Amino acid sequence: MSTTRLGMETMVGAARRPRRTAGPLQRREARVGWLWIQPWLIGFLAFTAIPFGAAFVMSLTNWSPAGAEFIGFDNYVRMFTDDPLFWQAIKVTFVFVLLYLPLSIALGLGAAMLMNQKFVGVGVFRTIYYLPSVLSGVAVVVLWSFVFHREFGVVNLALGYLGIPPIPWLQSSFWVIPVIVIMQLWGVGASIIIYLGGLQGIPTELYEAASLDGAGWWRTFRSVTLPMMSPIILLQAVIGLIGTFQIFTQSFALTRGGPDYGSYFLSLYIYDTAFGQLKLGYACALSVALFAIILSLTGLFFAVSRSRVYYAGAKD
Amino acid sequence: MRSLTRTSRRRIAIFATLVVLTAGSILYLGPLGWMISTALKTPDQIYDLPIRWIPDPVDWGNFVELFTEVPFAQYIGNTVVLTALGVLGSITGSSLAAYGFARFRFRGRNALFVVMLSTMMIPVWVTIVPSYVFFGEIGWLDTYLPILVPAFFATPFNTFLLRQFFLSIPQELDEAARIDGAGSVRIFFQIILPLSVPALMMVGLFSFLFFWNDYLGPLIYLQSQELYPLSLGVANFVGTYNQNYPLMMMAAMVSMLPCIALFAIAQKWFMQGIVISGVKG
Repeated sequence: MSTTRLGMETMVGAARRPRRTAGPLQRREARVGWLWIQPWLIGFLAFTAIPFGAAFVMSLTNWSPAGAEFIGFDNYVRMFTDDPLFWQAIKVTFVFVLLYLPLSIALGLGAAMLMNQKFVGVGVFRTIYYLPSVLSGVAVVVLWSFVFHREFGVVNLALGYLGIPPIPWLQSSFWVIPVIVIMQLWGVGASIIIYLGGLQGIPTELYEAASLDGAGWWRTFRSVTLPMMSPIILLQAVIGLIGTFQIFTQSFALTRGGPDYGSYFLSLYIYDTAFGQLKLGYACALSVALFAIILSLTGLFFAVSRSRVYYAGAKD
Repeated sequence: MRSLTRTSRRRIAIFATLVVLTAGSILYLGPLGWMISTALKTPDQIYDLPIRWIPDPVDWGNFVELFTEVPFAQYIGNTVVLTALGVLGSITGSSLAAYGFARFRFRGRNALFVVMLSTMMIPVWVTIVPSYVFFGEIGWLDTYLPILVPAFFATPFNTFLLRQFFLSIPQELDEAARIDGAGSVRIFFQIILPLSVPALMMVGLFSFLFFWNDYLGPLIYLQSQELYPLSLGVANFVGTYNQNYPLMMMAAMVSMLPCIALFAIAQKWFMQGIVISGVKG
Protein backbone atom coordinates (compact mmCIF):
# COMPACT_ATOMS: atom_id res chain seq x y z
CA MET A 1 0.00 0.00 0.00
CA SER A 2 2.92 2.31 0.53
CA THR A 3 3.45 4.53 -2.46
CA THR A 4 6.66 6.06 -1.34
CA ARG A 5 8.09 4.49 -4.46
CA LEU A 6 8.35 7.14 -7.07
CA GLY A 7 7.00 7.49 -10.57
CA MET A 8 3.64 8.61 -11.73
CA GLU A 9 3.06 5.16 -13.27
CA THR A 10 3.37 3.46 -9.93
CA MET A 11 1.19 6.04 -8.24
CA VAL A 12 -1.51 5.74 -10.85
CA GLY A 13 -1.12 2.13 -11.87
CA ALA A 14 -2.98 0.45 -9.06
CA ALA A 15 -6.45 1.29 -10.40
CA ARG A 16 -8.09 -0.67 -13.20
CA ARG A 17 -7.23 0.47 -16.64
CA PRO A 18 -10.04 1.89 -18.79
CA ARG A 19 -11.58 -0.51 -21.30
CA ARG A 20 -11.09 0.12 -24.97
CA THR A 21 -14.59 -0.46 -26.32
CA ALA A 22 -17.40 1.32 -24.58
CA GLY A 23 -20.89 -0.15 -24.35
CA PRO A 24 -23.84 1.66 -22.77
CA LEU A 25 -22.89 0.32 -19.33
CA GLN A 26 -19.36 1.61 -19.63
CA ARG A 27 -20.62 4.95 -20.84
CA ARG A 28 -22.83 5.19 -17.81
CA GLU A 29 -19.94 4.26 -15.53
CA ALA A 30 -17.83 6.97 -17.17
CA ARG A 31 -20.57 9.56 -16.74
CA VAL A 32 -21.02 8.74 -13.07
CA GLY A 33 -17.27 8.73 -12.56
CA TRP A 34 -16.95 12.21 -14.04
CA LEU A 35 -19.66 13.36 -11.68
CA TRP A 36 -17.80 12.11 -8.62
CA ILE A 37 -14.56 13.84 -9.50
CA GLN A 38 -16.25 17.22 -9.95
CA PRO A 39 -15.23 18.44 -6.48
CA TRP A 40 -11.67 18.20 -7.64
CA LEU A 41 -12.19 19.25 -11.26
CA ILE A 42 -14.13 22.44 -10.49
CA GLY A 43 -11.76 23.39 -7.70
CA PHE A 44 -8.80 22.65 -9.94
CA LEU A 45 -10.13 24.93 -12.68
CA ALA A 46 -11.33 27.72 -10.40
CA PHE A 47 -8.54 27.84 -7.84
CA THR A 48 -5.52 26.42 -9.65
CA ALA A 49 -5.66 26.26 -13.45
CA ILE A 50 -7.33 29.58 -14.20
CA PRO A 51 -5.37 31.61 -11.61
CA PHE A 52 -2.25 29.84 -12.83
CA GLY A 53 -2.89 30.94 -16.41
CA ALA A 54 -3.94 34.38 -15.23
CA ALA A 55 -0.64 34.78 -13.39
CA PHE A 56 1.21 34.35 -16.67
CA VAL A 57 -1.01 36.87 -18.41
CA MET A 58 -0.82 39.35 -15.53
CA SER A 59 2.95 39.05 -15.50
CA LEU A 60 2.96 40.68 -18.93
CA THR A 61 1.13 43.75 -17.62
CA ASN A 62 1.76 46.54 -15.15
CA TRP A 63 -1.42 45.53 -13.30
CA SER A 64 -2.17 47.71 -10.28
CA PRO A 65 -5.35 49.01 -8.66
CA ALA A 66 -5.04 52.02 -10.99
CA GLY A 67 -5.36 49.88 -14.10
CA ALA A 68 -3.46 47.52 -16.33
CA GLU A 69 -1.56 47.87 -19.56
CA PHE A 70 0.12 45.21 -21.60
CA ILE A 71 3.86 45.78 -21.40
CA GLY A 72 5.24 42.59 -22.91
CA PHE A 73 8.24 41.14 -21.14
CA ASP A 74 9.22 44.40 -19.44
CA ASN A 75 8.65 42.95 -15.98
CA TYR A 76 11.01 40.08 -16.69
CA VAL A 77 13.63 42.35 -18.24
CA ARG A 78 13.48 44.62 -15.24
CA MET A 79 13.64 41.69 -12.85
CA PHE A 80 16.83 40.31 -14.34
CA THR A 81 18.63 43.52 -15.23
CA ASP A 82 17.48 46.23 -12.89
CA ASP A 83 16.28 44.83 -9.59
CA PRO A 84 18.90 44.17 -6.90
CA LEU A 85 16.17 43.14 -4.46
CA PHE A 86 15.18 40.27 -6.75
CA TRP A 87 18.74 38.95 -6.73
CA GLN A 88 18.95 39.40 -2.98
CA ALA A 89 15.75 37.37 -2.58
CA ILE A 90 17.12 34.71 -4.94
CA LYS A 91 20.35 34.54 -2.99
CA VAL A 92 18.63 34.24 0.38
CA THR A 93 16.21 31.61 -0.92
CA PHE A 94 18.94 29.47 -2.48
CA VAL A 95 21.25 29.70 0.51
CA PHE A 96 18.39 28.57 2.71
CA VAL A 97 17.44 25.65 0.46
CA LEU A 98 21.06 24.55 0.06
CA LEU A 99 21.50 24.52 3.83
CA TYR A 100 18.16 23.06 4.81
CA LEU A 101 17.56 20.35 2.24
CA PRO A 102 20.75 18.28 2.70
CA LEU A 103 20.59 18.71 6.47
CA SER A 104 16.95 17.62 6.66
CA ILE A 105 17.66 14.50 4.61
CA ALA A 106 20.80 13.60 6.57
CA LEU A 107 19.12 14.22 9.90
CA GLY A 108 15.90 12.44 8.94
CA LEU A 109 17.63 9.39 7.52
CA GLY A 110 20.21 9.30 10.29
CA ALA A 111 17.64 9.45 13.06
CA ALA A 112 15.49 6.86 11.27
CA MET A 113 18.45 4.47 11.04
CA LEU A 114 19.14 4.86 14.73
CA MET A 115 15.49 4.17 15.51
CA ASN A 116 15.42 1.19 13.19
CA GLN A 117 17.01 -0.99 15.85
CA LYS A 118 15.37 -3.14 18.44
CA PHE A 119 15.66 -1.73 21.91
CA VAL A 120 13.33 -0.83 24.74
CA GLY A 121 11.96 2.71 24.51
CA VAL A 122 12.36 3.22 20.78
CA GLY A 123 8.69 4.22 20.59
CA VAL A 124 9.30 7.02 23.08
CA PHE A 125 11.99 8.50 20.87
CA ARG A 126 9.71 8.26 17.84
CA THR A 127 7.07 10.23 19.71
CA ILE A 128 9.51 12.87 20.95
CA TYR A 129 11.01 13.51 17.53
CA TYR A 130 7.66 13.54 15.80
CA LEU A 131 5.90 15.84 18.26
CA PRO A 132 7.33 19.19 17.01
CA SER A 133 6.34 18.43 13.44
CA VAL A 134 2.64 18.76 14.29
CA LEU A 135 3.36 22.32 15.37
CA SER A 136 3.78 25.07 12.84
CA GLY A 137 3.02 28.63 12.01
CA VAL A 138 3.22 31.78 14.03
CA ALA A 139 3.23 30.17 17.48
CA VAL A 140 6.35 28.19 16.60
CA VAL A 141 8.07 31.31 15.33
CA VAL A 142 7.19 33.19 18.52
CA LEU A 143 8.58 30.30 20.56
CA TRP A 144 11.89 30.25 18.65
CA SER A 145 12.25 34.01 18.70
CA PHE A 146 12.56 33.77 22.46
CA VAL A 147 14.82 30.71 22.37
CA PHE A 148 17.23 32.78 20.28
CA HIS A 149 16.62 36.05 22.11
CA ARG A 150 19.83 38.03 22.40
CA GLU A 151 19.73 38.65 26.13
CA PHE A 152 17.26 36.23 27.69
CA GLY A 153 17.18 33.39 25.15
CA VAL A 154 18.18 29.96 26.35
CA VAL A 155 20.74 29.53 23.56
CA ASN A 156 22.76 32.59 24.46
CA LEU A 157 22.41 31.88 28.18
CA ALA A 158 23.79 28.38 27.57
CA LEU A 159 26.60 29.77 25.44
CA GLY A 160 27.32 32.19 28.28
CA TYR A 161 28.06 29.25 30.60
CA LEU A 162 30.67 28.14 28.08
CA GLY A 163 32.18 31.59 28.07
CA ILE A 164 30.95 32.43 24.59
CA PRO A 165 29.67 36.00 24.22
CA PRO A 166 26.01 36.39 23.16
CA ILE A 167 25.37 36.01 19.43
CA PRO A 168 22.92 38.52 17.87
CA TRP A 169 20.93 35.72 16.19
CA LEU A 170 18.01 37.80 14.99
CA GLN A 171 19.85 41.08 14.68
CA SER A 172 22.37 39.82 12.18
CA SER A 173 21.76 39.16 8.51
CA PHE A 174 24.31 36.36 8.75
CA TRP A 175 22.79 34.43 11.67
CA VAL A 176 19.12 34.79 10.83
CA ILE A 177 19.22 32.11 8.12
CA PRO A 178 20.84 29.48 10.37
CA VAL A 179 18.13 30.25 12.95
CA ILE A 180 15.39 29.59 10.38
CA VAL A 181 17.16 26.41 9.27
CA ILE A 182 17.22 25.15 12.86
CA MET A 183 13.59 26.15 13.30
CA GLN A 184 12.65 24.12 10.24
CA LEU A 185 14.80 21.14 11.21
CA TRP A 186 12.76 20.98 14.40
CA GLY A 187 9.93 19.70 12.21
CA VAL A 188 11.92 16.90 10.59
CA GLY A 189 9.98 14.25 12.54
CA ALA A 190 7.55 13.48 9.71
CA SER A 191 10.45 12.61 7.42
CA ILE A 192 11.92 10.39 10.11
CA ILE A 193 8.69 8.40 10.13
CA ILE A 194 8.74 8.10 6.33
CA TYR A 195 12.36 6.96 6.26
CA LEU A 196 11.65 4.55 9.10
CA GLY A 197 8.83 3.01 7.10
CA GLY A 198 11.19 2.62 4.16
CA LEU A 199 13.95 1.08 6.25
CA GLN A 200 11.56 -1.45 7.72
CA GLY A 201 10.61 -2.47 4.19
CA ILE A 202 14.16 -3.47 3.23
CA PRO A 203 14.31 -7.28 3.19
CA THR A 204 16.54 -8.57 6.01
CA GLU A 205 18.04 -11.13 3.59
CA LEU A 206 19.94 -8.29 1.95
CA TYR A 207 21.60 -7.41 5.24
CA GLU A 208 22.30 -11.05 5.98
CA ALA A 209 23.92 -11.48 2.58
CA ALA A 210 26.01 -8.35 3.09
CA SER A 211 27.08 -9.59 6.50
CA LEU A 212 28.04 -13.02 5.04
CA ASP A 213 30.12 -11.24 2.44
CA GLY A 214 31.95 -9.52 5.27
CA ALA A 215 30.65 -6.06 4.53
CA GLY A 216 31.23 -3.55 7.29
CA TRP A 217 28.87 -0.86 8.50
CA TRP A 218 29.74 1.73 5.89
CA ARG A 219 29.79 -0.78 3.01
CA THR A 220 26.37 -2.08 4.04
CA PHE A 221 25.03 1.45 4.16
CA ARG A 222 26.41 2.32 0.73
CA SER A 223 25.47 -0.91 -1.00
CA VAL A 224 22.21 -1.93 0.66
CA THR A 225 20.55 0.85 2.64
CA LEU A 226 21.21 3.76 0.32
CA PRO A 227 20.15 2.08 -2.96
CA MET A 228 17.04 0.59 -1.36
CA MET A 229 16.13 3.95 0.17
CA SER A 230 16.95 6.02 -2.91
CA PRO A 231 13.36 6.30 -4.25
CA ILE A 232 12.15 7.56 -0.87
CA ILE A 233 15.05 9.95 -0.54
CA LEU A 234 14.39 11.34 -4.00
CA LEU A 235 10.70 11.84 -3.25
CA GLN A 236 11.51 13.53 0.05
CA ALA A 237 14.06 15.74 -1.67
CA VAL A 238 11.60 16.81 -4.35
CA ILE A 239 8.79 17.49 -1.88
CA GLY A 240 11.24 19.30 0.38
CA LEU A 241 12.45 21.36 -2.53
CA ILE A 242 8.96 22.43 -3.56
CA GLY A 243 7.99 23.31 -0.01
CA THR A 244 11.24 24.97 0.98
CA PHE A 245 11.28 27.38 -1.93
CA GLN A 246 7.89 28.69 -0.76
CA ILE A 247 8.88 29.29 2.86
CA PHE A 248 7.21 32.43 4.16
CA THR A 249 5.72 32.52 7.67
CA GLN A 250 9.01 31.61 9.36
CA SER A 251 10.79 34.69 8.10
CA PHE A 252 7.80 37.01 7.87
CA ALA A 253 6.73 36.49 11.47
CA LEU A 254 10.29 36.36 12.78
CA THR A 255 12.05 39.34 11.23
CA ARG A 256 9.88 40.51 8.28
CA GLY A 257 12.72 39.47 5.97
CA GLY A 258 15.33 41.38 7.87
CA PRO A 259 17.65 42.38 9.24
CA ASP A 260 18.99 44.10 6.18
CA TYR A 261 17.06 41.76 3.85
CA GLY A 262 19.05 38.88 5.32
CA SER A 263 15.99 36.58 5.38
CA TYR A 264 14.15 38.18 2.50
CA PHE A 265 12.89 35.09 0.71
CA LEU A 266 11.39 35.30 -2.75
CA SER A 267 8.00 34.68 -1.17
CA LEU A 268 8.38 37.79 0.98
CA TYR A 269 9.33 39.84 -2.02
CA ILE A 270 6.25 38.59 -3.87
CA TYR A 271 4.11 39.39 -0.83
CA ASP A 272 5.49 42.91 -0.43
CA THR A 273 5.27 43.65 -4.14
CA ALA A 274 1.68 42.44 -4.41
CA PHE A 275 0.10 43.39 -1.11
CA GLY A 276 2.40 46.17 0.08
CA GLN A 277 3.14 48.12 -3.09
CA LEU A 278 0.12 46.78 -5.01
CA LYS A 279 2.26 46.12 -8.08
CA LEU A 280 0.31 43.02 -8.95
CA GLY A 281 1.75 42.58 -12.44
CA TYR A 282 5.31 42.62 -11.24
CA ALA A 283 4.43 40.30 -8.36
CA CYS A 284 3.05 37.83 -10.90
CA ALA A 285 6.28 37.96 -12.87
CA LEU A 286 8.20 37.22 -9.66
CA SER A 287 5.91 34.30 -8.88
CA VAL A 288 6.32 32.89 -12.38
CA ALA A 289 10.08 33.07 -11.83
CA LEU A 290 9.65 31.16 -8.58
CA PHE A 291 7.59 28.54 -10.38
CA ALA A 292 10.20 28.25 -13.16
CA ILE A 293 12.94 27.69 -10.59
CA ILE A 294 10.97 25.00 -8.79
CA LEU A 295 10.01 23.31 -12.06
CA SER A 296 13.52 23.25 -13.49
CA LEU A 297 15.13 22.07 -10.26
CA THR A 298 12.54 19.31 -9.89
CA GLY A 299 13.29 18.25 -13.47
CA LEU A 300 16.99 18.35 -12.69
CA PHE A 301 16.51 16.17 -9.61
CA PHE A 302 14.66 13.55 -11.63
CA ALA A 303 17.17 13.65 -14.48
CA VAL A 304 20.22 13.35 -12.26
CA SER A 305 18.63 10.65 -10.15
CA ARG A 306 17.51 8.50 -13.05
CA SER A 307 20.70 6.49 -13.02
CA ARG A 308 21.07 6.56 -9.25
CA VAL A 309 17.67 5.62 -7.98
CA TYR A 310 16.95 1.95 -7.67
CA TYR A 311 13.39 0.76 -8.12
CA ALA A 312 12.88 -2.75 -6.83
CA GLY A 313 10.54 -4.60 -9.15
CA ALA A 314 10.68 -1.96 -11.87
CA LYS A 315 10.64 -3.27 -15.43
CA ASP A 316 13.43 -2.24 -17.76
CA MET B 1 34.44 -16.22 21.20
CA ARG B 2 33.42 -14.54 18.01
CA SER B 3 29.75 -14.47 18.93
CA LEU B 4 30.69 -12.95 22.25
CA THR B 5 32.49 -10.02 20.65
CA ARG B 6 29.54 -9.66 18.37
CA THR B 7 27.03 -9.31 21.20
CA SER B 8 29.25 -6.92 23.07
CA ARG B 9 29.73 -4.88 19.94
CA ARG B 10 25.96 -4.80 19.54
CA ARG B 11 25.59 -3.62 23.12
CA ILE B 12 27.99 -0.78 22.49
CA ALA B 13 26.06 0.19 19.35
CA ILE B 14 22.77 0.26 21.24
CA PHE B 15 24.35 2.27 24.03
CA ALA B 16 25.74 4.81 21.56
CA THR B 17 22.32 5.00 19.88
CA LEU B 18 20.67 5.70 23.20
CA VAL B 19 23.15 8.43 24.02
CA VAL B 20 22.69 10.14 20.64
CA LEU B 21 18.91 9.87 20.64
CA THR B 22 18.65 11.09 24.22
CA ALA B 23 20.83 14.09 23.47
CA GLY B 24 18.69 14.79 20.41
CA SER B 25 15.51 14.46 22.47
CA ILE B 26 16.74 17.07 24.88
CA LEU B 27 17.39 19.43 21.98
CA TYR B 28 13.96 18.65 20.51
CA LEU B 29 12.03 19.10 23.74
CA GLY B 30 14.18 21.97 25.01
CA PRO B 31 12.38 24.74 23.09
CA LEU B 32 8.98 23.49 24.29
CA GLY B 33 10.26 23.35 27.85
CA TRP B 34 11.63 26.87 27.50
CA MET B 35 8.28 28.10 26.24
CA ILE B 36 6.29 26.47 29.05
CA SER B 37 8.76 27.62 31.67
CA THR B 38 8.75 31.21 30.44
CA ALA B 39 4.97 31.27 30.07
CA LEU B 40 4.64 30.60 33.78
CA LYS B 41 6.98 33.38 34.86
CA THR B 42 6.34 37.00 35.70
CA PRO B 43 8.17 39.49 33.46
CA ASP B 44 10.76 40.03 36.20
CA GLN B 45 11.58 36.37 36.57
CA ILE B 46 13.13 36.08 33.13
CA TYR B 47 16.11 38.02 34.43
CA ASP B 48 16.82 35.29 36.99
CA LEU B 49 20.20 33.68 36.59
CA PRO B 50 21.06 30.84 36.62
CA ILE B 51 18.12 29.72 34.48
CA ARG B 52 15.18 28.46 36.47
CA TRP B 53 13.37 25.84 34.41
CA ILE B 54 10.70 25.52 37.06
CA PRO B 55 9.61 29.07 37.92
CA ASP B 56 9.49 30.01 41.57
CA PRO B 57 6.73 30.92 42.13
CA VAL B 58 4.76 29.51 39.20
CA ASP B 59 2.69 32.38 37.87
CA TRP B 60 -0.61 31.82 36.06
CA GLY B 61 -1.24 35.53 35.70
CA ASN B 62 -0.26 35.46 32.02
CA PHE B 63 -3.04 33.03 31.26
CA VAL B 64 -5.57 35.36 32.83
CA GLU B 65 -4.05 38.40 31.16
CA LEU B 66 -4.26 36.70 27.77
CA PHE B 67 -8.02 36.57 28.04
CA THR B 68 -8.56 39.93 29.72
CA GLU B 69 -6.04 42.22 27.99
CA VAL B 70 -6.15 40.59 24.57
CA PRO B 71 -9.26 39.34 22.70
CA PHE B 72 -7.77 35.89 22.87
CA ALA B 73 -11.10 34.15 23.37
CA GLN B 74 -12.31 35.70 20.16
CA TYR B 75 -9.20 34.56 18.28
CA ILE B 76 -9.78 31.06 19.55
CA GLY B 77 -13.43 31.15 18.59
CA ASN B 78 -12.60 32.32 15.07
CA THR B 79 -9.93 29.67 14.69
CA VAL B 80 -12.34 26.98 15.84
CA VAL B 81 -14.89 28.08 13.23
CA LEU B 82 -12.29 28.19 10.45
CA THR B 83 -10.77 24.87 11.43
CA ALA B 84 -14.06 23.03 11.87
CA LEU B 85 -15.39 24.11 8.49
CA GLY B 86 -12.01 23.57 6.86
CA VAL B 87 -11.78 20.03 8.14
CA LEU B 88 -15.36 19.29 7.13
CA GLY B 89 -14.71 20.67 3.65
CA SER B 90 -11.47 18.77 3.19
CA ILE B 91 -13.03 15.46 4.12
CA THR B 92 -16.14 16.01 2.00
CA GLY B 93 -14.53 17.24 -1.20
CA SER B 94 -11.59 14.90 -1.32
CA SER B 95 -13.49 11.75 -0.42
CA LEU B 96 -15.97 12.34 -3.26
CA ALA B 97 -13.18 12.90 -5.79
CA ALA B 98 -11.11 10.04 -4.45
CA TYR B 99 -14.07 7.69 -4.90
CA GLY B 100 -14.39 8.80 -8.51
CA PHE B 101 -10.73 8.17 -9.18
CA ALA B 102 -10.65 4.84 -7.35
CA ARG B 103 -13.82 3.13 -8.53
CA PHE B 104 -14.87 4.32 -11.98
CA ARG B 105 -13.33 3.71 -15.38
CA PHE B 106 -13.53 6.57 -17.81
CA ARG B 107 -11.41 7.92 -20.56
CA GLY B 108 -8.82 10.42 -19.37
CA ARG B 109 -9.05 9.37 -15.75
CA ASN B 110 -5.41 8.43 -15.33
CA ALA B 111 -4.28 11.51 -17.22
CA LEU B 112 -6.39 13.68 -14.91
CA PHE B 113 -4.97 11.93 -11.91
CA VAL B 114 -1.46 12.73 -13.12
CA VAL B 115 -2.53 16.34 -13.65
CA MET B 116 -3.82 16.40 -10.11
CA LEU B 117 -0.56 15.05 -8.70
CA SER B 118 1.43 17.53 -10.78
CA THR B 119 -0.47 20.48 -9.35
CA MET B 120 1.22 19.77 -6.04
CA MET B 121 4.26 21.37 -7.69
CA ILE B 122 2.56 24.72 -8.32
CA PRO B 123 3.59 27.15 -5.59
CA VAL B 124 0.76 28.87 -3.77
CA TRP B 125 2.56 32.09 -4.71
CA VAL B 126 1.71 31.73 -8.38
CA THR B 127 -2.03 31.50 -7.88
CA ILE B 128 -2.35 33.85 -4.95
CA VAL B 129 -2.27 37.19 -6.77
CA PRO B 130 -4.88 36.35 -9.44
CA SER B 131 -7.00 34.66 -6.76
CA TYR B 132 -6.80 37.80 -4.65
CA VAL B 133 -7.94 39.92 -7.59
CA PHE B 134 -10.74 37.48 -8.33
CA PHE B 135 -11.99 37.32 -4.74
CA GLY B 136 -11.81 41.09 -4.65
CA GLU B 137 -14.00 41.35 -7.75
CA ILE B 138 -16.71 39.16 -6.27
CA GLY B 139 -16.57 41.00 -2.94
CA TRP B 140 -15.18 38.23 -0.79
CA LEU B 141 -12.29 40.17 0.75
CA ASP B 142 -12.39 40.46 4.51
CA THR B 143 -14.56 37.36 4.82
CA TYR B 144 -13.73 33.71 5.47
CA LEU B 145 -15.02 32.69 2.05
CA PRO B 146 -11.66 32.81 0.15
CA ILE B 147 -10.25 30.47 2.79
CA LEU B 148 -13.21 28.17 3.29
CA VAL B 149 -14.82 27.80 -0.14
CA PRO B 150 -11.67 26.35 -1.78
CA ALA B 151 -11.41 23.99 1.19
CA PHE B 152 -14.54 22.20 0.02
CA PHE B 153 -12.90 21.34 -3.30
CA ALA B 154 -10.60 18.37 -3.14
CA THR B 155 -6.89 19.05 -2.64
CA PRO B 156 -4.36 16.75 -4.34
CA PHE B 157 -2.75 15.48 -1.16
CA ASN B 158 -6.01 14.48 0.54
CA THR B 159 -7.49 13.00 -2.62
CA PHE B 160 -4.37 10.97 -3.24
CA LEU B 161 -4.31 9.64 0.29
CA LEU B 162 -7.98 8.66 0.22
CA ARG B 163 -7.80 7.13 -3.24
CA GLN B 164 -4.92 4.91 -2.14
CA PHE B 165 -7.02 3.78 0.78
CA PHE B 166 -10.18 3.20 -1.28
CA LEU B 167 -8.19 1.05 -3.71
CA SER B 168 -7.33 -1.27 -0.86
CA ILE B 169 -11.02 -1.97 -0.19
CA PRO B 170 -12.00 -5.17 -2.07
CA GLN B 171 -13.97 -4.44 -5.22
CA GLU B 172 -16.13 -7.53 -4.49
CA LEU B 173 -17.88 -5.60 -1.73
CA ASP B 174 -19.09 -3.00 -4.24
CA GLU B 175 -20.16 -5.68 -6.67
CA ALA B 176 -22.10 -7.59 -4.06
CA ALA B 177 -23.91 -4.39 -3.10
CA ARG B 178 -24.57 -3.56 -6.73
CA ILE B 179 -26.20 -6.95 -7.25
CA ASP B 180 -28.43 -6.09 -4.31
CA GLY B 181 -29.44 -2.99 -6.24
CA ALA B 182 -27.28 -0.37 -4.57
CA GLY B 183 -26.23 2.61 -6.65
CA SER B 184 -22.90 4.37 -6.42
CA VAL B 185 -24.13 6.84 -3.81
CA ARG B 186 -25.24 4.07 -1.49
CA ILE B 187 -22.03 2.13 -2.05
CA PHE B 188 -20.06 5.23 -1.18
CA PHE B 189 -21.93 5.92 2.03
CA GLN B 190 -22.57 2.39 3.20
CA ILE B 191 -19.42 0.56 2.14
CA ILE B 192 -16.56 2.84 1.21
CA LEU B 193 -16.88 5.48 3.93
CA PRO B 194 -17.47 3.16 6.89
CA LEU B 195 -14.45 1.08 5.88
CA SER B 196 -12.27 4.15 5.44
CA VAL B 197 -12.58 5.70 8.88
CA PRO B 198 -8.79 5.51 9.49
CA ALA B 199 -8.03 7.32 6.23
CA LEU B 200 -10.73 9.91 6.84
CA MET B 201 -9.29 10.45 10.31
CA MET B 202 -5.88 11.11 8.77
CA VAL B 203 -7.24 13.64 6.31
CA GLY B 204 -9.13 15.26 9.16
CA LEU B 205 -6.03 15.43 11.34
CA PHE B 206 -3.78 16.89 8.68
CA SER B 207 -6.45 19.41 7.70
CA PHE B 208 -6.91 20.33 11.33
CA LEU B 209 -3.23 21.18 11.64
CA PHE B 210 -3.32 23.12 8.39
CA PHE B 211 -6.33 25.29 9.19
CA TRP B 212 -5.44 25.75 12.83
CA ASN B 213 -2.02 27.14 11.91
CA ASP B 214 -2.82 28.77 8.57
CA TYR B 215 -1.33 32.22 8.44
CA LEU B 216 -0.97 33.22 4.80
CA GLY B 217 -4.66 32.97 3.90
CA PRO B 218 -5.93 35.05 6.85
CA LEU B 219 -3.03 37.48 6.44
CA ILE B 220 -3.97 38.24 2.85
CA TYR B 221 -7.73 38.09 2.96
CA LEU B 222 -8.70 39.41 6.40
CA GLN B 223 -8.61 43.00 7.59
CA SER B 224 -11.09 43.29 10.45
CA GLN B 225 -9.68 42.46 13.85
CA GLU B 226 -12.94 40.74 14.80
CA LEU B 227 -12.24 38.09 12.16
CA TYR B 228 -8.66 37.35 13.18
CA PRO B 229 -7.79 33.73 13.94
CA LEU B 230 -5.06 32.83 16.43
CA SER B 231 -2.25 32.96 13.89
CA LEU B 232 -2.96 36.57 12.94
CA GLY B 233 -3.92 37.53 16.47
CA VAL B 234 -0.71 36.20 17.98
CA ALA B 235 1.45 37.77 15.26
CA ASN B 236 -0.35 41.04 15.75
CA PHE B 237 -0.03 41.03 19.46
CA VAL B 238 3.66 40.11 19.38
CA GLY B 239 4.08 43.45 17.63
CA THR B 240 2.30 45.27 20.45
CA TYR B 241 3.55 43.44 23.54
CA ASN B 242 6.99 42.65 22.21
CA GLN B 243 8.66 43.24 25.56
CA ASN B 244 6.40 41.00 27.62
CA TYR B 245 8.02 37.65 26.81
CA PRO B 246 6.16 35.53 29.36
CA LEU B 247 2.85 36.73 27.93
CA MET B 248 4.06 35.97 24.39
CA MET B 249 5.11 32.47 25.40
CA MET B 250 1.75 31.92 27.07
CA ALA B 251 0.05 32.95 23.83
CA ALA B 252 2.22 30.57 21.82
CA MET B 253 1.61 27.79 24.30
CA VAL B 254 -2.16 28.19 24.36
CA SER B 255 -2.33 28.24 20.56
CA MET B 256 -0.23 25.09 20.31
CA LEU B 257 -2.17 23.23 22.98
CA PRO B 258 -4.91 21.77 20.74
CA CYS B 259 -2.32 20.44 18.28
CA ILE B 260 -0.35 18.80 21.06
CA ALA B 261 -3.51 17.36 22.59
CA LEU B 262 -4.58 15.99 19.22
CA PHE B 263 -1.18 14.45 18.74
CA ALA B 264 -1.34 12.82 22.15
CA ILE B 265 -4.73 11.29 21.34
CA ALA B 266 -4.14 10.34 17.72
CA GLN B 267 -0.42 9.74 17.33
CA LYS B 268 -1.01 6.33 15.75
CA TRP B 269 -3.14 7.78 12.97
CA PHE B 270 -0.72 10.57 12.23
CA MET B 271 2.07 8.12 11.70
CA GLN B 272 -0.07 5.76 9.64
CA GLY B 273 -1.15 8.61 7.41
CA ILE B 274 2.41 9.65 6.80
CA VAL B 275 3.47 6.14 5.88
CA ILE B 276 0.51 5.57 3.55
CA SER B 277 0.90 8.80 1.68
CA GLY B 278 4.66 9.02 1.94
CA VAL B 279 4.15 12.63 1.06
CA LYS B 280 3.81 14.66 4.21
CA GLY B 281 7.16 16.07 5.14
